[in-house]
Amino acid sequence: MDNKYHEKLIVSSSPHMVTKTDTSKIMGTVLIALLPAFAVGIYQFGFRVVTLTAVFVASCVLFEYLYNKIAKKPQTVGDLSAVLTGVLLAFNCPSSLPYEIAIVGSFAAIVVIKQLFGGIGQNLVNPAVTARVFMFIAFATPMTSWPTPRGGHATGAVVDATTSATPLGVLSHGSFADVYNDGFTKMDLFLGNVGGCIGEVSALAILIGGLFLIWKKVISPIIPVTFIATVFVLGLIWGGFDGALFHILAGGLMLGAFFCATDYVTSPTLPLGKVIFGIGCGLFTMLIRIFASYPEGVSFAILLMNILTPYIDKICEKRMYKLPKKAKEGEK
Amino acid sequence: MGQQGKHLNSIKVSHEKHTAGCATEIMAIPETVCISMSQHIGAPCKPLVKKGDQVKVGQLIGDTDAFVSAPIHSSVSGTVKEISTIRSVTGGDDQVVIIETDGNQDVYEEIKPPVINDMKDFIAAVRASGLVGLGGASFPTHIKLNPKNLEEVDTLIVNAAECEPFITSDHRLMLENTEYIIKGAVAIMKYLGLKKGHIGVEENKPDAIEKLRKVIADMGHSGDIEVNVLRARYPQGAERVMIYEITGKTLRAGMLPADVGVILSNVTTIAFIGQYLETGRPLTTKRVTVDGNAVAEPKNIIVPIGARIADVIAACGGYKAEPKKILMGGPMMGRAVYSDAFPIIKNNNAILAFDGPQALIPEETGCIKCGRCHGACPFELLPVSIAEAYENKDVERLQALEVMQCMECGSCSYICPARRPLAFINKMSKGFLKEATSK
Repeated sequence: MDNKYHEKLIVSSSPHMVTKTDTSKIMGTVLIALLPAFAVGIYQFGFRVVTLTAVFVASCVLFEYLYNKIAKKPQTVGDLSAVLTGVLLAFNCPSSLPYEIAIVGSFAAIVVIKQLFGGIGQNLVNPAVTARVFMFIAFATPMTSWPTPRGGHATGAVVDATTSATPLGVLSHGSFADVYNDGFTKMDLFLGNVGGCIGEVSALAILIGGLFLIWKKVISPIIPVTFIATVFVLGLIWGGFDGALFHILAGGLMLGAFFCATDYVTSPTLPLGKVIFGIGCGLFTMLIRIFASYPEGVSFAILLMNILTPYIDKICEKRMYKLPKKAKEGEK
Repeated sequence: MGQQGKHLNSIKVSHEKHTAGCATEIMAIPETVCISMSQHIGAPCKPLVKKGDQVKVGQLIGDTDAFVSAPIHSSVSGTVKEISTIRSVTGGDDQVVIIETDGNQDVYEEIKPPVINDMKDFIAAVRASGLVGLGGASFPTHIKLNPKNLEEVDTLIVNAAECEPFITSDHRLMLENTEYIIKGAVAIMKYLGLKKGHIGVEENKPDAIEKLRKVIADMGHSGDIEVNVLRARYPQGAERVMIYEITGKTLRAGMLPADVGVILSNVTTIAFIGQYLETGRPLTTKRVTVDGNAVAEPKNIIVPIGARIADVIAACGGYKAEPKKILMGGPMMGRAVYSDAFPIIKNNNAILAFDGPQALIPEETGCIKCGRCHGACPFELLPVSIAEAYENKDVERLQALEVMQCMECGSCSYICPARRPLAFINKMSKGFLKEATSK
């Protein structure tokens, strides 16, 4: 009898089959969606975009690898989340950033902000966004020196040969008239012929990637739509239609709305929570842009809403399960 | 489709219906069969035979007086070799009757078509046939067909979705025994006084849909039986999902289909009623899909109940690779057995033997809070929150999160990119909550 039957089969709870889409596939899809913005970055700011991004990615992956090794945790490099953090960090920095600052920023993102909180899924705030805020404050000058974009020459936006102003930078010292007098057109903003961070300059390139992610069902459109709509409406109030259009095209808004604010871990899960989160991001972005001393507020706004996310999630969970329950009982 | 075109959440699963084109074969009678006395939800049967008894095909060998139960018949002719026990998949010890077959397959003399005049006769005949829900739940059918509030029930739903990957036995039945399905449905509607019949089939079986429609028209039932084409999504064949998709009515956990005016039964169950009324032969065979990477010749095959899995697989060319996991049922809700010495029971619709790579479930990684589990759940539960509440043994939160609504369809675990065993955690949470609230 012993040889006749197979007696030691694996016993586990159902289901016995899982989808092929795992965390690394999701992260990989987001990386693909960032390619158009990467291409525009390279076109505008040259080959240093490639080397700086490579330094960010390599150091993020290395820090992730080393931390897991030293902390004796399962290796998570394969899930590509560290690669994505590296790319997003690079996209949120000027292409002239010294490499050593990139390495410090990567350390902050991966070790301090992500791994010390428990690694993937456990971080309270978005590593790329938060590390960017840290670098922005700690290394203010290199983080705000904007190399001239290739497409900027033709518009006469060049202030000197190596650096140029960003549209939001001009706005923070002046008015919309100054921005357009400086040679920035709305089309420049849309296509990316302006100074700025590597990955944020072209609204069009980011839109292509963002719509790809929505089509692939990797992200829900709720956060980007509510975020951008809130900025648009507040822009309308403060600057009319031109102002509204300017505010949604300028700075890091598109990149933040589609790629940073939609980070699963640090944004609410339920649709209502996503709406609150998106509106909050838009509101704080505009409050900072208009009233604070910094020209740009997208990173700060996302960081602030990241911190509020656990509370938003809790409120939504309670709301979802308390109200419908009573209604259903009433039905019977 | 649900009312106003609304659907419950569902997932796309890989269909893996490799055997859909395989016409059903009939298995040669094995040397022994092992017939379990626990083949249904409810009280197990007591053996009515003893060692050395001669039995024939269709002869009653197990029964009980308990209300929730169904009798058990011999699937072979031969000699009772032993009354023994086996450790069941759920951990209990089940009594089994082991019969050495003589290969003659002599049919029991008393088998004749039942005489039915009214509903009472009909229900008695269904019980005598040994029928249980063959879609997987194995609930005794005569109880299901006899609801307390029959006067409020007007609709019969024949569940022919077959949404589990791999399984094609219902599909083959629809192509090969179409008349029995309609006869069974018509009989139920007649004796129970139901006005409307629906057959819910997923759109990925166009040949079955066409055949059903043709036979319904040929038999003159176009007016009262309708074929509803459903999306090929999982878990379309879950009772509560199918009732919603066809009638738009919401069934909460703990409610019976009859509470919303519906009687719902699996297509194979219904077809068996049609066949039984004609032949009087009780439930002793089952059409099963045999598939999986470890099986040499995947196919659909009619097997005697009590045939051991190893014998069934031998009838399908044997193993072509070392089996690592064997499932009774589909990969989404089927049960993994620890040995292929297990016998086929009434509700088995598939035996899947997986080799090493196919049996492997990837290791769990960190939850990235993507919310796919919530988006997959037909009842919009929050598996991640449930897991958190279960970890904290938070009874109140588990109750608020309505974990008892979970029907363990497994969609959340299937879709999770971090490979968390969410359905399993839900199952554990339900057990924990039941225990905590019963004190």
